[in-house]
Amino acid sequence: MRKVIGAVAAAAVALGLGTAAHAQQTVKIGVLNDMSGLYADLAGRGSVAAAKLAVEDFAKIDPNLKVEIVSGDHQNKPDIGSSIATKWFDNEGVDMIVDVPTSSVALAVSQVAANKNKVFIGSGPASSDLTGSKCNANTVHWTYDTWMLANGTGKAVVKTGGDTWFFITADYAFGHALERDTSEVVKANGGKVLGAVRAPLNTSDFSSFLLQAQSSKAKVIGLANAGGDTINSIKQAAEFGIVKGGQSLAGLLIFSTDVVALGLPTAQGLVLTETWYWDLNDNNRAWTKRWQKEMGNKVPTMVQAGVYSGVLHYLKAVSALKQSKDGKAVVDKMKELPTDDTLFGKGSIRVDGRKIHPAYLFEVKKPSESKSAFDIYKLRATIPADEAFRPLKDGGCPLVKS
Amino acid sequence: MFEIFGIPSQALFGQLLIGLINGSFYALLSLGLAVIFGMLNIINFAHGAQYMLGAFAAYLLLQLTGIGYWPALILAPIIVGIIGIVIERTMLQWLYKLDHLYGLLLTFGLALVIEGVFRNYYGSSGQPYQVPSSLAGGHNLGFMFLPNYRAWVIVASLIVCFGTWFVIEKTRLGSYLRAATENPTLVRAFGINVPRMITLTYGFGVALAAFAGVMAAPIYNVSPQMGSDIIIVVFAVVVIGGMGSIMGAILTGFSLGIAEGLTKVFFPEASSTVIFVIMAIVLLTRPAGLFGRG
Repeated sequence: MRKVIGAVAAAAVALGLGTAAHAQQTVKIGVLNDMSGLYADLAGRGSVAAAKLAVEDFAKIDPNLKVEIVSGDHQNKPDIGSSIATKWFDNEGVDMIVDVPTSSVALAVSQVAANKNKVFIGSGPASSDLTGSKCNANTVHWTYDTWMLANGTGKAVVKTGGDTWFFITADYAFGHALERDTSEVVKANGGKVLGAVRAPLNTSDFSSFLLQAQSSKAKVIGLANAGGDTINSIKQAAEFGIVKGGQSLAGLLIFSTDVVALGLPTAQGLVLTETWYWDLNDNNRAWTKRWQKEMGNKVPTMVQAGVYSGVLHYLKAVSALKQSKDGKAVVDKMKELPTDDTLFGKGSIRVDGRKIHPAYLFEVKKPSESKSAFDIYKLRATIPADEAFRPLKDGGCPLVKS
Repeated sequence: MFEIFGIPSQALFGQLLIGLINGSFYALLSLGLAVIFGMLNIINFAHGAQYMLGAFAAYLLLQLTGIGYWPALILAPIIVGIIGIVIERTMLQWLYKLDHLYGLLLTFGLALVIEGVFRNYYGSSGQPYQVPSSLAGGHNLGFMFLPNYRAWVIVASLIVCFGTWFVIEKTRLGSYLRAATENPTLVRAFGINVPRMITLTYGFGVALAAFAGVMAAPIYNVSPQMGSDIIIVVFAVVVIGGMGSIMGAILTGFSLGIAEGLTKVFFPEASSTVIFVIMAIVLLTRPAGLFGRG
């Protein structure tokens, strides 16, 4: 019996080696995100469509590399996310996982990628810990992070007089990181944090928290939450006359899909930071048209654009190395090559895994200023790439010392 | 100003009022569930999806035909109620003789299908719906700013809840209904069309869910998963109140709204779980629920 098992095992190993050698020119990419819950619009199928566009465009650069895309729904649960990642890496030959909104899931997946020596490109997650204390050599954090949001929106608000803050924070890794990073920016610019309340993820009624924020008498109510939670907070803040009462709202993470869902009458005047907006320039508009062919009349988010950009750069590194199995080597190559694509322009990836590009401070248009359903932002300021993200030395990433 | 447990009393009154408002939604939804369970013996897991359908019906009426909030408050429940009647006639009526589990599975499946279809067409981030202009703004009560719309939510929900209770417990029609659940054969012998009465009851329960959905549209995010977010809590409310008890569902709905509101002040992190803790305690001490008869 033991002999039989041994023979089967040997055959399996031989077959495995055989396919590995044969499949050298094949790369498998897994798009892992929320396909059905509150983040499904800002990532979801739209990210898969963006990854497909990247593969399509890469075929023009190197037609020899065969790229396959699979997708999965992590339901915003770290255990489900890491078990899909493990299954993909171990059994299904996936070389790289991209997207993963929800910071708690992303932190888990990043760990799995490091343990299996694969690649993780985070476009959806926000927590700056991914390139800070919890960084590793297999992870690249692409589109945005909590430090950048805090630095963009937080600083702009404090500078225009909003110097006392109260936070309504989503009670998980992302919310905590965003609250922490924003508090630091507020304090560094001479402001004061008066308090915070932690609201469970997926709360539908925020009026109780808004009332607490109201009685704190803070000038600014910082919303350290995302997706449906942010939409509900802003909608209900309007109802409770928070802004009319003299307090202002700072949505720290607002996506274009959220603004469309709120409608301009409710969302007008909000200040927010993003790294990509579909209507910013001709390149973005052209890409959006291609994306909408697959997705219908929807507005793409910076997360989806980041998936495109990340996948494209990953494929360039794989093509240069002629291998995709050693994840750390691929990430090293990605850091070595300068990034360049039509959506984010020229940029680079730092040693801690942080992708660097400019960020934009937007203001949501008044209904009278908007010419079409997705014409929602006006540009207030551009934050240059070297100021948009946390300085390398401040992150506490162990890779930086070595 | 005096303080209670370190919280200024004024803030506390505000929180109690807000709890009451949220309780209105719990009461409306659990009332529909209790009516359906009491009369049909069906555990209607599609209730959340039907609540979502109500909100979307209001949104679509506005988008496609320009019909505003007030007509939608009547029309949307009628439309969704008719959908409910179709569901009862074509699917549910075959399940009454079987175990509860079959009805539960069927309605749960329906809920998934309805949600999936809406997510496919409308995405998950939701649709805008404004507060009707006649109820915009609010009043300063001294201890809090009460939006007019929220005041309307409490009033409307109280009227509908106690109206329903009155019809079922105190009128002749209600006594037919209750009798038909106890002994359908005998009631039919008196010349009453029992199957039609049951169909209409389901339609009414569904319409209640849709009514709550329209009420929710201006204040909560109108999205396909709005129903699944709230339905689990509502089931807990029904279990605490006692399955099938109408008054139990109403009173528990309002009081759990208040309990949840207070948790949001003293220990906000637990506000999404407090109702389930109460449920566990009630099930341990009174398995039939606070107002249950069994």
